[in-house]
Order: sequence, then structure tokens, then C-alpha cells
Amino acid sequence: CVGELEQSPSFLSNTDTVYRDPAQIQQALTRLYATLAISGQQGPAGLPDITGIDEGFSNYLRQYWKAQELTTDEAIIAWNDGNLPDYNRLTWNANNEFVRAMYDRIFYQVALCNDFIRQTTDAKLSERGISGDNLATIKTYRAEARFLRALSYYHALDMFGGNVPFATEESSVGTTLPPQTNPAALFTYIESELQAAEADLPNAGPNVVNYGRATKAAAWTLLAKLYLNSKTYLGNSSQDRWSDVITNCNKVIAANYQLAPEYRLLFLADNDRSAANREIIFPINFDGVRTKTFGGMTFIVHAAIGGSMKASDFGVNGGWFGLRTKKNLVDLFPDPNGTGDKRAMFYTAGQSKEISDIFTFTDGYAVTKFKNVTSTGQAGSDATGDFPDTDFPMFRLADVYLMYAEAVLRGGTGGSQADAVRYVNLLRTRAQANQVTSLTLDDILQERGRELYWEGHRRTDLIRFGRFTGGNYVWPFKGGTPEGRGVSDNLRIFPIPTTDLTANPNLKQNPGY
Amino acid sequence: CCLSAAAQTGGVSGRILDENQQGLPGVTVLIEGTQLGSSTNAEGQYLIQNVPAGPRVVVASFVGFSTQRIPVTVTAGQTATVPNTVLGENTTLLNEAVVIGYGTQRRQDLSGSVEQISERQFVKGQVTNPEQLVQGKVAGLQVTTSSGAPGAGSVIRIRGGGSLSASNDPLFVIDGVPIDNRDLPGASNPLSLINPNDIESISVLKDASAAAIYGSRASGGVIIVTTKKGLQGEKLRVNVASQNSVATAAQLVDVLSADEFRALVNERGNAQQKATLGTANTDWQKQIFRTAQTTDNNVSLTGAVGKLPFRASAGYLDQEGLLIRNDLKRYTGALSLTPVLLDGNLRVDMNVKGSWIDNNFSNQDAVGAAVYYDPTQPIFSSEGRFSPYGGYFQFLNNDGSINTLATRNPVSLIEQTRRRSTVKRSIGNIQLDYKLPFLRDLSANLNLGYDIQRSRGTSVTDPNAATLTGARLGRGIFEQYARDNNNRLLEAFLRYNKQFGSSRLEVLGGHSYQSFDYKEYVFDDRDVFGQIFQQAADRPINGKDYYDPGYRLLSFYGRANYTLKDKYILTATFRADGSSRFGEDNRWGYFPSAALAWRLKDEGFLKNSSAVSDLKLRLSVGQTGQQDIGTNYYPYLALYTPSRNTAQYQVGNQFYTTLRPGFYNEGLKWETSTTYNAGLDFGFLDGRISGAVDAYQRNTTDLLNFIPFSALSNLSNEGFANVGDLETRGIEANLNLGLVRGEKFEWSINANANVLRSEITRLTNVDNPNFVGNPTGVIAGGVGNNIQINSVGYRPQSFYVFQQVYNSEGKPVEGLYVDRNGDGIINGSDRYRYQSAQPRAILGFGTNVTYGKASLAATLRSHLGNYVYNNVRSQAFFVQNSNGFVNNTTSEVNDSRFGSAQYFSDYFIENASFLRMENITLGYNFGNIYKDRANLNVSFAVQNLFTITNYTGLDPEPQRDNNQGIDNTIYPRPRTFTVGLNFGF
Repeated sequence: CVGELEQSPSFLSNTDTVYRDPAQIQQALTRLYATLAISGQQGPAGLPDITGIDEGFSNYLRQYWKAQELTTDEAIIAWNDGNLPDYNRLTWNANNEFVRAMYDRIFYQVALCNDFIRQTTDAKLSERGISGDNLATIKTYRAEARFLRALSYYHALDMFGGNVPFATEESSVGTTLPPQTNPAALFTYIESELQAAEADLPNAGPNVVNYGRATKAAAWTLLAKLYLNSKTYLGNSSQDRWSDVITNCNKVIAANYQLAPEYRLLFLADNDRSAANREIIFPINFDGVRTKTFGGMTFIVHAAIGGSMKASDFGVNGGWFGLRTKKNLVDLFPDPNGTGDKRAMFYTAGQSKEISDIFTFTDGYAVTKFKNVTSTGQAGSDATGDFPDTDFPMFRLADVYLMYAEAVLRGGTGGSQADAVRYVNLLRTRAQANQVTSLTLDDILQERGRELYWEGHRRTDLIRFGRFTGGNYVWPFKGGTPEGRGVSDNLRIFPIPTTDLTANPNLKQNPGY
Repeated sequence: CCLSAAAQTGGVSGRILDENQQGLPGVTVLIEGTQLGSSTNAEGQYLIQNVPAGPRVVVASFVGFSTQRIPVTVTAGQTATVPNTVLGENTTLLNEAVVIGYGTQRRQDLSGSVEQISERQFVKGQVTNPEQLVQGKVAGLQVTTSSGAPGAGSVIRIRGGGSLSASNDPLFVIDGVPIDNRDLPGASNPLSLINPNDIESISVLKDASAAAIYGSRASGGVIIVTTKKGLQGEKLRVNVASQNSVATAAQLVDVLSADEFRALVNERGNAQQKATLGTANTDWQKQIFRTAQTTDNNVSLTGAVGKLPFRASAGYLDQEGLLIRNDLKRYTGALSLTPVLLDGNLRVDMNVKGSWIDNNFSNQDAVGAAVYYDPTQPIFSSEGRFSPYGGYFQFLNNDGSINTLATRNPVSLIEQTRRRSTVKRSIGNIQLDYKLPFLRDLSANLNLGYDIQRSRGTSVTDPNAATLTGARLGRGIFEQYARDNNNRLLEAFLRYNKQFGSSRLEVLGGHSYQSFDYKEYVFDDRDVFGQIFQQAADRPINGKDYYDPGYRLLSFYGRANYTLKDKYILTATFRADGSSRFGEDNRWGYFPSAALAWRLKDEGFLKNSSAVSDLKLRLSVGQTGQQDIGTNYYPYLALYTPSRNTAQYQVGNQFYTTLRPGFYNEGLKWETSTTYNAGLDFGFLDGRISGAVDAYQRNTTDLLNFIPFSALSNLSNEGFANVGDLETRGIEANLNLGLVRGEKFEWSINANANVLRSEITRLTNVDNPNFVGNPTGVIAGGVGNNIQINSVGYRPQSFYVFQQVYNSEGKPVEGLYVDRNGDGIINGSDRYRYQSAQPRAILGFGTNVTYGKASLAATLRSHLGNYVYNNVRSQAFFVQNSNGFVNNTTSEVNDSRFGSAQYFSDYFIENASFLRMENITLGYNFGNIYKDRANLNVSFAVQNLFTITNYTGLDPEPQRDNNQGIDNTIYPRPRTFTVGLNFGF
């Protein structure tokens, strides 16, 4: 009778059943990719991965996007949700729930990856009877999981400064409090993991079968980003890694990726099927019917629609009246209409360029870059118009070109000024903008703004160029004032959330918080 | 031996009268020390047969009357006649049998804090759910209905509740069956499936001594419901009761009228907003609410067929909600058989209750929509652009599509959706109590019970409903849900009862097994034409069309009661509970309790006092537990959740469903509450003044708390762990006053009060002064905004707000808050904890006046020091925007003149102390009519007659889910006028 107290559900798998079955192992791997896109197992909401915040808010891409864009000169959001306006004003503290959501998402993903990597050691696989071709396939899966873990640790390094909790597959679930690592150790770990995983990762180059997977090129791109920002992470006195940036960019460029013929194609509902998919190195994939979330592209597309904009032009059923841009981004272009540069995708009717009120959608130009319509103008697959098909191009060739150019200008070897100018002009030609003959570092920052705005790079870029904190460069509401003002340097990294400081006494807060 | 036994028995007969020398029907008459008994018929007569010969004591007891003991000598083969016995009314009810866990006890023998409310004291009027019968009647019991809809759920708290994340609901035991309190889709309140008319008494076990016998489920207290039964020897009685009522909304939200709204938009709106104004004058709340009618009819048949006492009843309730289309129809039937067999050695108690509810929920989103909808717009419009939406006015985009940000036309919400459910529930048990022939003091009890629920529901959205977008338009939505709950019970215990000279000992030991099995069905997403809209539904990995989680509880328990000279009472209980929710190492919880009572009244110095009629001191300490963490049935197992078809991920050109490893905590165990209770029962002046005062302290440790986990240490950021302590202290009292006890005129008053304070004393494993706490209390406006927090050193659900700055005219200054930490920046660090939704005092007041055949009963309730976040007011700000519509609001918009959301300002926290006239009933008993063969009673009742409060919103008791104290457009509680007829023959 006491045996009746042993209950386990027949409708769910457990670790032992999952890791005996290659098909289920693939499902467990796919889940690691899905963490970047969705917020739970139900879609769009329900069975959430993490809690403590609205499920839609908790989405990885949504938080990543907000942390990288709202804090900069590129975007502002009208909503008064909790402490969200602190992002607009750079006034967050360690109790900010959005900072916490980003942090929790990052380490949630690392914990999931750790679990997958822990269960797919050669010893465990053979113990569970996996052999032959399956073994080789799962070896690739394992490398992909290592890439995804490195990507999230990279985000931890970039956003939380590297003094973060650290655990690998060696630790077990539910027993130990992770120790705090440091930027140098974490930097080295990410580097070594990417290098170690590279051999087993799927081959680089545009390939429909590997679309969305972490290929070798994804690892090279991430390494290039790591090296490009190494002085941000390790201090100005650290050894520069510009040449390593160029080496890795060269590998990507040699892998036959191709710029999409038109800039706009990169941000449309069929960017996984149109020519855009040959430029995209590593996307986060969405689908209006099968990958539903209130974060990710649903947020980016809907939140950017408001005012007199017609939602149907964007292939969705309504605007959320949230996101606009600041005048700084508009002023990077010759004109806001896209005449002199096709990449200027703004909606100006009824919108003012200046922002006097954060909470009024019509203050600030709207951005029309991301849409849930296909290259031929058809709405995406979700018949209700709620959820876009549009994939988020996290890494793409244009970014690699610009990293190459920047590393050359900063003195890296293995590349040439001529190629740097040529790569930048490839992007400008596509945008039908005039050609340049020479480049300065400031040009690179501006070109990155024009090419990559709203793609989640800006905060990192501004920090690398010394423009994020301090008063040498301001934008509306930086520091909380309408005209903007200088802010403290400690804001370059976010605070460790109080919740984790409380849960884990091994952790010490980042300076200034 | 049977023959000889028969030869040695005789009978006892007699008549019981009240003080007016009228026969008293329904009085329980027992032969003391045996299980033999009967109850009196309509004339007050009784006959008990098969009484063993010899000197016996006849005990006559009746609720509300003092018990009488009459010695009689029984001679074999004869029927002894007992002289007429008069029972005096007794408000102290010392001899009343009080239902406790696994048995009954005389009130005077109770050592724990138990309050029993019997039918006579129940709240009258149109009562749909059983818990409403005792609302305001019991000190320390808080019942808050969550809305005014028929059959709406209630939040029931005994002494404030002792949990943060686990359940705070008390355990309900109905006729010995602990019922399943899991929410049921399709029934807002599983208790509404119990017909209140079948209930005889409700017993509330408050302290650990009384409740610990229910161990792991008793931390929230225990409520024992006993239904009416037939009695042996009773004549057949038929009772027909019919209640008919009308209800109106006591109050509606005071929103701007169409003209006021126009003035507002014209003054403060931009051109786009002014252009949205219409020319109509629509009071949307009046359009969706109505005067609701209810009929509640019950018939019962009580009596005995030969040796088989029975009660059969049937009920039919048809209750309309105030909201149009909202109604509830309930059909109930109950049968109880209580034969005594084998020479009185085997008592059988068999109960079957069945109910069937048809709910029409209407679309309750309309309640909020009616508050916020633009009053200048018409309900219907003949313009062509509205014809795709059934001609209802809606806010549309320029291209004719629905403006998805806008509220939808409230009337269309109701008319274009149908939400219906059918829920069936049956609770039943058979309890056998066998007195062992070889050891007369020992009896064995076996109880087999079940609680089965079947819920089926649909939600249909018309193809032209404006809530639809894209391809849903034109196809509509046909949603289905279904769940089966199967709950089985097996209990077996032995009871030993023995009188040794002047002391009495009762020992009880038993075993209990209860299983909870669910089936949660999955359905395809279909349109109203039956076509699958999107992909087929997900199926569990075992290929079934339902998920079937469940859990088991296994228990061993014991109790010893020792009474010395009726003066000193010692009770000790112990229960061991095992739950399948926890891992092997933490599975068992042990819950002991002990209590001591001293009846000072029976000491020499008080024995003959006429001033002091009762005085008893009670002390108890004990532990109870909590394991109910909702649908988390396997929290200690590492399990993988498959993704639904809508949460797949594309890799390459393929989509895959995924498998997610879930959070698990192998160390999870019970949370434990230790309760200390000291009480004094008193009675003065022959029981004219009586009552009890209890002081209690409850310390809950190892709270089953949903808390942040250290990053990387588990497979989610938060989960259940046993972390945190909560302390509740309180004093509660009840007082009964028999003001007048005349021949014709009687007046009694009952008052109760509970003053309590809960404080969170620990929330984390590590002390961190910077940790503000766990936010809770989601509000409307924005997304994911919380207004409350659970913090160490504060009451649970304290409001967590900014301190508003006011100008010299006393008006709040928009966006200006006190920089409480003085760092020059106003951010989240400047929020502070301000008051709580938990009342500081809960008061109840009842009075009964009888004059001749007329009677008047009233119940009032009051909460003091409870605060409410007025979420309707906090949404009263005016923003110039281009959303294409403007929401209506209250006059607050013109007071504060806020131009943006200031959700976290303490300006919106209001003191919501109130006094509510719950019920007032006027009755007239025509007495015996139709040649004394029948009895007729007529009553007129008003519920929710008035509420006195300074709270500015609709209702000072907003309650949604587990969140108290956030008021955002609740379904109004009705004011109900009921005429009742009760006819017995």
C-alpha cells in the first residue's frame, strides 16, 4: 500500500527515456535553440520556462533586444510596465525586473545546455545504448549545445561584465551554489569552448538544411565579436585581438555567404526562404503558426506599429504603440525617406522627430524595418495576424564585413584597407547610397548604425567606441532628461539582480550598484 | 445468544415538550452508553426498542436546547413510559454534540478551538454555496466571494491562512469524505455543487488540537460539513421549501457620463481623439446588467421505513446573474440511509449526493469593458463598415479591420460569445461502525467514499465577433474543455471508549488512503463549423487524448481523549501522512498535538454559582502541515515537458517539437505550522451571556514557497522550496447574549471578532538587506505590473508603492514621488511598503428577535484596516495618443488630471474598512395549519442591503484568484430580495 506513494506520470518522459532515443535527443537539442525564440512549451504563452515576470517579457530575444537597443540612441519605448522606463533613462538598479529577466534567461539557457552536454558524454551515450551513426549525429548536437552555451555566456560577459555565476556540465542539478567567475576566466572559457566545438559543428556556408543551426561560421562570427570587444571585457590595457577578429571574419567571408540583393529582404516574413537566407549566418527562427511567442519578433513587429500606421502593411493585426527611434539614428541618414539610403526605413506621418514625451507613440519617428510580409507582399502564415514568420538575423554577413573593416582600421593584421572600403561599399551599394573612398573609426560606428540598427548590436558598439556612458555623446532621455545628459560609467554593465545575490551568497555585486 | 438477548430487552417511550408545553419534533433521544436511540415525531413522542433490561438513562438532546438525562428502569418484554420531559432553550449548548474529526464530542468536553454553526444559525436568504451559510458567523473565518456571479468561488481563510505559495484553503470534509478542492474548469466554485439546503451543521476546526488529526492538509484549518439525516422511529415528514428572489446591482462603477466624457476629450484630447467621439449617450453598465431572478426549490422526505431511517431530497435552483446571459441551473439529489443493524451493534451511515450544474457564464470580460467603453458610441450602427461585425459599433482601423488595442463593444462581447459548461459531481460514502460483540467498548469503523466530478464545457465565438482577427473572422472559434476528477477514499479506524469510575477514556487509531486522479482532455482548435482551424491538438506522449496526473495520500492517525470528573480534559492526537508529491526521503510528515482543558465551573467554588454557568480554560499546541502546491504533482522528479505544436522550432527546413527538462527539487517536503492556542469558554447568568475568547499564534516554517533559485543551480529561475517562515498572531472572540428570554419575546445577539497580524519572518536562506522581497499582485494597466510584495518583516501582500508628493492644494503632483532613499534618483529603490489587503480586524454580528410567531434575523460583517489598490482609479489618466479610441474613466481623471500612468503611486491605495449588512430576514411561522397536520413558515430576506465604507470604488472586498485588495472592475455583488416559503407535513 505504501508503494502507492511512488507515482510518476506516463504522459511525460524522464532523463533515462529521453537519452536512449536519438529522436528525443534531437528534441532536447532543438529545445536549446528554441530558448532564444519562445518563452515556454505552450506557445505563445503557458508552461513558462522562467517565472517572476510576465511570460512574454521573459523571452530571450525580447530582453536581449531591449537591453541592447532601448538603452541607446536607436530606440525608445512608450510603455510604463514596471521599471521598463529605466531602460529609456539609464536609471536601472539591481531590483529592475527586466535586468533580472535577461540575466535569468541567459543562465536558464546555460543550465539547459549544461544538462544536455552532461547527458551526451560518450560514456553516458554508450551506457544508454547509442551507437554508430547516431553517435556521430549526437556528437554534432553536443557541439551545437556547446556553441549555444558559449553564446549565452558571451551575453553574460557582454551585459553583466563577466563577474557572474559559473557552472558547466561537471556540476549537478539542485545541489550546489555556483561560484562567481571573472571576466578573464570567462573570456578564455568562451574562446576555448568555441574552438573546441568548431570541429564537430555543421559546415559553414549557406545551406538550407543547416539554416538556423550553429555552424562553424556561427562560431567564427561569435569569436570575432568576442575578440572585437576584448578591451571592453578585459580592460584597455589587455592584449589587443584585432588580428584574431580578421582571421575569423576571413573564414566566414570565405564560406560563400552572399549579401541579400535588397536590404529589406533580410527583415521580412520569408527571410528563411528568400535570397536573404544566404546572408544570414545565425538567425533566431520564428513561425506564425508553429513558433508562437509574445516576445521575439512578435514584440519587435507589433510594438513598432502605432500612430497612423496600418498594421496590415506589416502583416499583423494591430500595433502595440511602443517602439520608436530617436533623432540620432535618423540623422545618420541623408534623409528619413530612404531616398539617399534605402536603409532609412522610417514612418514619419503624424510622428514628430523630436521626443518630448517618452510615453507618446507619435513622439519620435517609427521604424518600419521588420515586417511580417513576404518579399512579394503577402502576410505571414498566421491567419489571425498575431504571430510573425520573420526570423531575427542575429549574425549576418554585413556585420562580419563591418567587423573586418573595424579591426583593420584598429590595426589588425591579415586584412587590408582596400578590402575594408570594398566591404563597406558593398553594403552601401546595396542601399543605393553613395560610395566611400576612405574610412575612419567614426565612419564604422555610423555605418554600423545605418546597417545594423534595431538588430541588437548598438549597446555593445557604443561601449566599444566609448560613447555609451559619460557625457561625450548624448541622446534624448539619456540620464532621464529630455535633451539627454552624461551618465556614470558603471552603467556599462548591468547589475547582478538582487534576487540572485540573495539566492547565492557566492556572488558579489558589480561596482557602482 | 441472540434469542436470549431479545428476551432481555424492553422498550422506552415518552414525550418531549418545549417550555410552552408544545411537543418538540426532531429531538434526539438516546439510551446513554449505547447506540440505541430515536428522534421525536411531530408531537414530540418517541419510542426506543430493544433496550437491554436494567437501569438506564435516557438522554434527550436537541440543538439549541439544554440536554436532559432521565433515569428509567427497563424491564424485559415491556415498554417503560418516561414522564413528559421539558427541554429548556439553552444558548450555551453545553451538551450539544459537536462534530469533530472522526467523531463527535459534547461541547463541554471540547479541548480544542472548534465552532459549530447549525441550521438555525445559518445565514438566510438566497444562499447558493455552502460556505455562504457561515459568512460572518464564525470568529476567525473569513469568506470572501470573488464576484457577484451565480456560483462564484469564495476565498475562505481561517485565521488568515498560513501559507504564501502553497494553498491557504481549509480542508473540507463532507460526511467524512475529505473532498477535492482543486479548481474545476467549468465550475467557478466546486463547492457550489453542494446544495446548502441539505446541510445540517458546519463545524470549523481552528486550532491545531482540533485540526491536527487531519495532518498534512489541516494547516488552513478544517471545515466539516454534516448533512441532514433521517432518524429511527421518526414519522415520515415532507418538507417543501421554495425561495424566489430578485436581485439588482447594489451599485455600478461611477464612470463619466457621455456628456462629461465629451467635455473631457474636447478639453484634453488631440484632433485625432476628438474625431473618435460619437453622438450617442450609452450607459454601458446599464446595457449589460439586469434585474436577475432566482428560484430555488427543495423538497425533502425524512423518516424511517421500518428500521431503515432515511432522508431523500431533491433541489432545483435556477439563478440568473446580473450580467445578461449569465445563469446557473442546478439539479441536486441526496439520499442518506442510516440503519442500525445487528442489535444496534452495526450502525450504517450511507450518503449519496449528486448534482448537475448547467452554467452559462456569459462573457464576463464585458464587466470591465462596460466601465471603460466610450459612452458616446452607440450599441449598433447601420454604417456598412460595421456589418462584418454583426452591426455592432466597434473601433476600426482605416482599412476596416478591428483596432486590436481598443476595448470591444461590451454588448457584442456578450451577444457574440457563448460560454457554457455542464458539471456533474457526486460525493458519497458508506460508513460502517461495528461494535465488537466480544469487547463492547471497542468499535471498528470503515468508511469508503468517493468524490467524482465531470466537467465539460464549450466556448463559442461567433464568426463575426470583433474579438476575432484575420482568418478567424468568418470562421469563429469552437473551444472545448473537459476534465474528470476521481477521488477515492478508504478509512478504517478502531475506537475504544470506556468509563472508569469518574474518568472516561476514548482512544482512536486509524488508517486512511486517498487517491486523486485526473483526466485533462485535449481538443482540436476548431471553428464553429466544426472544421479544424489550425493544426491538430497535441497529444501526450502515450498517445492518449488526455493527460492523467494524480497523487496519493496515505495516513495513520490516532487520538486519545481522557476526561477526569468532567473537569479535566486531556486530548492528544498524532497523524503520519505520506504524500506521493514528495521524494522517498521526505515523503512522510508527522503531526502531533496536545490539548488540556479545565472546566472551572465544576470546581467546588463555582459549582453552585448561579452567576457563572460555565467556565473552561483550554490550552493547546500542535502541528499541522501543508502539501498542496496546486497542479505540481511530481515536483521532485526530473521530467521532460514536450512542447505543444505552437512552440516548435525550425532547424534547417524542418520544424520539431521540443523536450524541455523541468525544474525539480528532490529535497521538497511538507511545510509545517505550529499553532499555540489559549482559550476561555464562559457563560454567565444561566447562559444568558456566553462565549469564548481565544488567543493564538501560528508559526509556519519551511514554507512551501515559490522562490528565486540561484542561477545555474537548477532548470528554471524559480521553483518550490521549503524556505521561509510566517508568523500569525491573533485574538478572536465570540459572544452570545440572550437579552430577552420571555414567553413570547426573545432577543439574542451574537458577535464575533478576530484581530490578527501576520508577518513574514524569513524568506530566503541567506539574509540580504538589499533583497526587497517577492513581488505579487498583478494589476491591470501595462503588462506584468505587480503592486504588492511579500517581504520579511511585513505582512504578506503588503502594497509596494511610491510615496506621492502633493501640492499646496492637496492635489497629487504627477510623476513626483518622494526620494525615500535620498540618492537623487527616483527609481524602483524608492518604493516602500504601505499597508496590506489583509484586514486588521474581522467582525461579525448577528441578532435574532422572536415575538410570538414573528422573527427577525440579521447578519452584519465588518473588516477594519483592510486596504485596497483602486485599479479603476489608477487607470483614470488622460493621454494624448493616436490609438484611434479613448477609454472612459471615472471622475478621478478630473481630480488628479494625470496625463500618464502613475500605477505605483500610493495615491491609489485606499482604506477599505467597511460594515456590510449581509442579510436581514423577517419570518413568520404560521405554526400548525390544516388541522395541525402541516406547518407553514414564510420569510422575507434582503441580502447585501447596504455597505458603509469610505472606499470610493465599487466594492471594498475585491477578490480575484488569490489576490486580495486589487479592485479592477469586479462583477458587482447583487442586492437580493427573497421570499421564502417552507411547508412541512
